[in-house]
Amino acid sequence: MVTTAARYIATAFLGPLLACGTALAAETPAREVKIENFTFAPQTLTVPVGTTVTWINADDIPHTVTAEDHSFRSKALDTNDRFTFTFSTPGEYGYFCSLHPRMVGKIIVKAAGN
Amino acid sequence: MNIPTPDEPLRDDDDGISRRGFLRCMTWAGTGVLWMVNDGLPRSLGLSSAEAATALKSSKLTFLQISDSHIGFDKPANPDALATLREAVAKIKALPVKPSFMVHTGDISHLSRAKEFDDADQLIKEVGLPVFYVPGEHDVLDEEAGKLYRERYGKGSKGAGWYSFDQDGIHFIGLVNVVDLKAGGLGNLGEEQLKWLEDDVKGLSASTPIVVFAHIPLWSVYPEWGWGTDDGARALSFLKRFGSVTVMNGHIHQIMQKIEGNIAFHTARSTAFPQPAPGTAPGPGPMQVPAGELRKFLGVGHVNFVPGNKRLAIIDTPLA
Repeated sequence: MVTTAARYIATAFLGPLLACGTALAAETPAREVKIENFTFAPQTLTVPVGTTVTWINADDIPHTVTAEDHSFRSKALDTNDRFTFTFSTPGEYGYFCSLHPRMVGKIIVKAAGN
Repeated sequence: MNIPTPDEPLRDDDDGISRRGFLRCMTWAGTGVLWMVNDGLPRSLGLSSAEAATALKSSKLTFLQISDSHIGFDKPANPDALATLREAVAKIKALPVKPSFMVHTGDISHLSRAKEFDDADQLIKEVGLPVFYVPGEHDVLDEEAGKLYRERYGKGSKGAGWYSFDQDGIHFIGLVNVVDLKAGGLGNLGEEQLKWLEDDVKGLSASTPIVVFAHIPLWSVYPEWGWGTDDGARALSFLKRFGSVTVMNGHIHQIMQKIEGNIAFHTARSTAFPQPAPGTAPGPGPMQVPAGELRKFLGVGHVNFVPGNKRLAIIDTPLA
């Protein structure tokens, strides 16, 4: 916890200095998945452990984000609704829309240091 | 897309395997279309033709299909889904022959909210006919996957809301294929419902006309867009021995028909918004059409049972 907090502060402090570089992106603990035209984009997303992923529904039809192993499940997301989930355990998380189950996606969560 | 001309009989496919007619999407703006099939030869007639009028007069049972009212939908494809349902209800009330009942093939609401169901019920009640419902995936979005739906519409039904009843010698079956959907899959009936269906039709004579209705098409319309039911073929296998089977679905917001052996498949228009023809858009979402055109894409179905005819005659009438 101390380490995480310390790193967070350091990142915040160094942020302006690193803004032109690519190093910052690797430390950013938040990513987005867009739901559009009945697809999750990107369909497969690889993130470091601890990342918060936000799904945003850009369709005019509701969708859900439902983990195959039931580890997370959104309510029906209407247009522009969001769902966030923080991945604290490494692994592969297959998910789908429980209304339109042909819509599938995957989050690959890598352990720290990998 | 082949649009058959009215009054021109469609030929069977010359595949040398079976007598099959495949009817593609048909929309003649501003007219109703009556479909009649005798001995496997489907025929379409303009609603105004004398033959259609005769067929209507001789029908023994008439019922209506409405579908996909999506009450609560307010996006650009139709900012007021309640208004177009109101127009559909007005059309039904103005019919010269009062139908016996209505079938609603699901997606009554857009987001399964109590107010959406209330608003739909309030309007549909004005028709003054019994209504038989099956849920669409939009009707089972509550936390308990359809509890709200079943409390309102599921009295006397089994499982997720399936049931059967008999009217004028026809056996009607309402199926639910929108719950417990599997990742990567299509519509799903499930083992319990399939078992029930098998038992439900077991004692019926093969001459009993069968009408099956469910939200998602039971046949593979376009699996790439999820327009089909994974275990639909198993359900249909229990019905193969019957001389006349009509399968009525919604979900795809456009008319599609297919005849396969003794089974006629039909999907209805929505009363809310159209969806694109298979593969003609990046996805199956609501299709925006030019202002003033919307009502040509919305409508209701009118089903006639004419004794002696193998097929039910289905007239699809657009709102405008």
